[in-house]
Order: sequence, then C-alpha cells, then structure tokens
Amino acid sequence: MEIVLVGLNHRTAPVEVRERLSFTADQARRAAEDLRAQGIFEETMILSTCNRSEVYGVPPESRPEPAAALSEYLSSFHGVRADILNGSLYRHQDRSAVEHLFQVSAGLDSMVLGEAEILGQVREAYRAAHESGATGPVLNRLFQAALEVGKRVRTETELGTRPMSVASAGMKLAERIFGKLEKHTALVLGAGTISEQVISQLRDRGIGHLLVMNRSIERAEEVARRYGGEVVPWAEWEAALQGPDIVVSSVSAESVLGGEVVARAMSARKNRALLLMDLGVPRNVDPAAAKLYNVFLYNIDDLTDIVQQNRRARESEVPKAQVIVEEHVDKFLSWQASVEMIGVLEALEGKMRAERAAFLAAHMQHLGHLSAADRERIEALMDDLLKKIVMNPAGKLRGERNLRRKIQNIEALRDLFLPERDKS
Amino acid sequence: MQPLAILTVLAYGVSLGLYFRLLYADQKIVGRAATAMLAVSLALHYFFLLERAHQLQAVPYQDLYGAVSLFAWLLALTYFGLEMVHRQRTLGAFLLPFVVLILVAGMLGRPGVPAGPPPGHGIVFALHVTLSVLAYAAFGLSFVMSLMYLAEETLLRRHRLGTIVWRFPALDLLERMTRSSVLVGMGAILAGTLLGFVAVRRLETPVSHFDPKYLVTLAIVGLYATYLYLERQTSWRGGRASRLCVFNFAVILLSVTVVNLFLTRAHRYF
Repeated sequence: MEIVLVGLNHRTAPVEVRERLSFTADQARRAAEDLRAQGIFEETMILSTCNRSEVYGVPPESRPEPAAALSEYLSSFHGVRADILNGSLYRHQDRSAVEHLFQVSAGLDSMVLGEAEILGQVREAYRAAHESGATGPVLNRLFQAALEVGKRVRTETELGTRPMSVASAGMKLAERIFGKLEKHTALVLGAGTISEQVISQLRDRGIGHLLVMNRSIERAEEVARRYGGEVVPWAEWEAALQGPDIVVSSVSAESVLGGEVVARAMSARKNRALLLMDLGVPRNVDPAAAKLYNVFLYNIDDLTDIVQQNRRARESEVPKAQVIVEEHVDKFLSWQASVEMIGVLEALEGKMRAERAAFLAAHMQHLGHLSAADRERIEALMDDLLKKIVMNPAGKLRGERNLRRKIQNIEALRDLFLPERDKS
Repeated sequence: MQPLAILTVLAYGVSLGLYFRLLYADQKIVGRAATAMLAVSLALHYFFLLERAHQLQAVPYQDLYGAVSLFAWLLALTYFGLEMVHRQRTLGAFLLPFVVLILVAGMLGRPGVPAGPPPGHGIVFALHVTLSVLAYAAFGLSFVMSLMYLAEETLLRRHRLGTIVWRFPALDLLERMTRSSVLVGMGAILAGTLLGFVAVRRLETPVSHFDPKYLVTLAIVGLYATYLYLERQTSWRGGRASRLCVFNFAVILLSVTVVNLFLTRAHRYF
C-alpha cells in the first residue's frame, strides 16, 4: 500500500513550466481516469493550483516504478518534453509523500507562508476526485487527515492570522480603527495595479461605499465598473476628501494631498477619524498630516514594515505547525501499518494453508496404511503446529504500539515468509 | 480566611490566565474557556458574598472588605454583560487584573468583623448603595476601556503595532463599549441617587442637606452626561472623549476616597 506523489511547485518550476503542467477540473478528472485505466494507480487525486500541480496515487502492488510511469504520463498528457519536466518534478513516496501533502494543506509549502486559500483548494480537489470515484480508502483517509491538519494549524497556530501584503495590511489597519467596514466609505486615488489590489481587498472586506478617482476618467470608470464603485471626477478631489473614512492614494505625483488640504478636509468632516494610506512613490500625502487629530497616516514603507513583521511572526509559528504535521503523519502511517499488517497476516495464513496442503499431498501417498480418521488427525495437528509456531506470534505483532517497530515487524514478516510480496 | 474567598480569587486568576493566553494565542476555544471560567468565578463570588452576609448578619457593604468585594463583583459582572453583548473578549486581560487586585488587596487589608448588627436602613437603602456601587463599577469599566482606547490610538498613530494591536478591539468598538458602560453607570447612579433621597426621607432623625457627597454626585452625573453628549459629536469622538472619560473616573475616585472619608458623615460607612 504505497503512496506516490509526483509534482512541481513554485520552488521547483518557473511559471512557464507550471502553466504547462496545470490541470483544469475536466483535465484532472480525465487524467485520473487514464491513470487508473492504464494500471499506474488504483486510487489517484490531482491537486492543481496556480503554484503547484501534484498527482497523488496508490499504485497496484505489482506495479514497478509507478513514479517513473507517472512522470512519463504527465509528459505525454501535457505534451511537455521529459527533459523539461525532469528538472522540475519532485517525487515522494510513503512518509515523505504524506508529510508533503500535510505541509501543503497547512500552508507551510505555499509561496505566501500560511496562506489560507490552499486548504480550500485541497478540499475542492479532493471533493472532485471523490465524487468521480478516483479516490479509494487510502486516499480518502489521507486527504481527510490533510484537511484536519490544515484546520488545526489554522486554529492552533498563528501561521495565517496576519496580513502578508501591503493591501491586506492596510485593510487590517482600517479594521483596527473602524471595526467592520460595511458602514464606511473608501476613496481610492489612482487606478493602477496597487490601487486595484486595494480595491479588491476593500470589496472582500465588505466596504460600504467605494469611490474611485483617477486622472484618466475612462480607466476610473473601468475599475469602478469592475468592482461596483462610483467614479469621482479628478477636479473634485479636495471636496471628495470630506466624505470617506479611508483614503488610499497611489498616483504618480508628489504631494497630491498637502497638509493644509487634509487639515481643511478634517475641519469640514468635524475631525471624524480618517485613515490615509499613501502607497505612492514619491509620497502623495504630506507627512505633516499625521499630526492632525484623528488622522492615521501610513505610507508604503510603514505598511511594508508591518508586512515584514508579520512575515517574521508567521515564520516563528512554523515549528508549532510542523509538530502538528508530524503528529498527523505518524497517526496516518500507524493506520496504514495496521491495515498493512492485516493484509500481511491474511496472506501469510493463505500461504501456510497452501504449503500444508502441498506438503500433505506429497507425503500422504506414502502413508496409505493410515485410516481417514488418522489422516484428518494429522492434518489437524499440522494446523495446530503452524498456528502455534507462526500465526500466533505473528498476530501478536499487530498489537505493537511503536510505529517504527510495527513497520519493521511487517517488513520482517514479508522477508521471512512472503518474499514474493516484498516490493523491493 | 474563608475557603470560598480563596476559591473565588483562584477562579478569577484562572480566568485571567486564560484571557492572557487568548491575547497571546487568539484561539476560540481558549476564549470560550476564559468566559466560562469568568462565569464560574462570578457565581463563586456571589455565593461568597451571600455566605458572608449570612454569617455576619450584615449587608456586604457593611465594612470596607465587603464593599470592595461587592465592587469587584459588580465590575466583573458588568464586564461579563458587555462581553456578551459586544462579543469581544480581549478586554478580559485588561480588566480582570483590577478585579483580582481589588479582591486580594481587600483580603490583605481586611478589617475585623463588624461588631454589631447592621443599622436598620431597609431595602431602599440597600438598593441605593448597591446601585451606587454598580455605577462606580460601570464607570470603572469605562475608565479601563478609555485607557485601552488611548493606548491603541497612540500605538496606531506611532505605527508601533507589534503583536498586541492586532489583538485589541477596533477603536470604534472600544468607543461603543465605553458608551454602553457609561450608560449602565448613568442609569445606576441616577436610580441609586433617587433611592438615596427616598431612604433619607424615611429616616426619623433629620439629615443635613448640605452633604458634599450630593454635590460630587451631581458633578459626576453632569460630567458623564457631558461625556455622553460630546462623544457623539464628531469633533470630540475618539481620543478627546476617552480623555474626558478618564478624567471623570478620577472625580469618582475623589468622591469615594476624599469626600467619603473626610468631608461627609452620612456617607462614611466604614
């Protein structure tokens, strides 16, 4: 009952390779069917996100080199030359494959350490594979455990609690000041990439009212339409400052918002709290504005500092998350070993019966003087002997609690009595 | 020292430890455990106050220890109510140290058991005192939250976020919780004062109506009414309103220490 993983991710492959090896939902289903039809795997599941493509599978016991067969299959399925793939693919088996999956679902293997999306992606990939019948008892157990690991890491550690981008750090700050953003208004000056990231975050966090302002009104309208905002003409920016609680500025011009302008706006808005996020370089907001009552001013460096602090804080949580991962890896392998032990014992019993039958068939012909009752008695005695010498001690090995010893026991049983089952 | 008193302090201590843990680890289960432990502490504290009242045949505020213990209980109870309404647990780590400190200080400086039976002031008087203590507890809570507001605002404005700011409630929520607490305090002090006048009218012996306590209470009501008005004005919202709230509580401290002990006879109970 081997578990094989072949895949690539943001660490091992550039985006040009990752995009060629990614699977759509339909491709994943088709590939899973192929892999089982071709006898490479009995169970399989494909996890494909923008940062990784991974195929997990349980090969039949008789299958030689399943990882190599899978690599070849991936190469032919996506039409990517093997030499391009070989440098990018990683291959894991058993413990290493299980540990990798658990690290993935915990967010430990993500580009942004601890990001939460991956757990949803694992859940979705598993759901699709399960519904199409691609998974079986082993992968079901494995992925359920992976989802549990992801959940535990997120609830028991702080790996995913702090914002890791400038835009999300800004939003978290806004929530520190205003609480929920549903009843608040945000004005975004500029409609470039950073502004769009911020607008997307504002929408995700349920901002009540969104205003977009840009020198090019067409671009402002395009962004406003996409995110359900309202366009404010550039000429009215000073008056527009009086309404919103959050102002995000990311335009390529120095000191769009001078200290006096902000002071006038604060006076007009009767000093209602205002969060100014200055994401422009050169800075768009006069630093003197930070001294005004109820003004919270953050520039790009301030927000980057927060992100850096958060990154360090997340990194300090990695050992805690790793402990959870290890705990579940041991738990899974213990389950796997128990199942394996049952299989080995059943095979052993079958083999002993076959050996006994062959032995008796070979020797009973020389013992024709024995009555049928005596023959039956001899067969029963042989059964008792085999049970006493082999089956009972082997059965006791099932109770072993130490995972390492348990696995060693299984291997010893295989080596001694079932060499034909030994995959090595 | 009564075992129930020690048990109560221990329970508050465990709850405080859990609230600290929540501040550090932000885990839902820890938060729930902290709240549950606080509920247990409140129940133990209640039974302690009840048991003590039965033993001494006296109301809790008959001596300083009892009054302080009652104050601590009402402080924790008001916080518990606010936590339930606003679903915000972070404050526990900042408030419960006061509760534990008050209880321990009360235990250490505990005066002897009151000599005689309590004066027969009746239920109206008992309600007057209890509501007044509740008002002080609620104002005390608003004081702690105002301090938290000022600390968080300063950290946010100076960009010194660290770990702690991410755990604090939003400034907006702190403002609302402070307002809720002041409203509880105002309701209690107004009702308590009214009942105080009713109790005075029932007394057979004449009482001076020039008690400085009346003036201070009037000032407290006026100051908190001003707070409730100003904190809704946009030019006062935020730090200014919180500073006023801190100042108001300083006046309360003046009222229950200097005024009660040195300037009035009718309100010097211990």
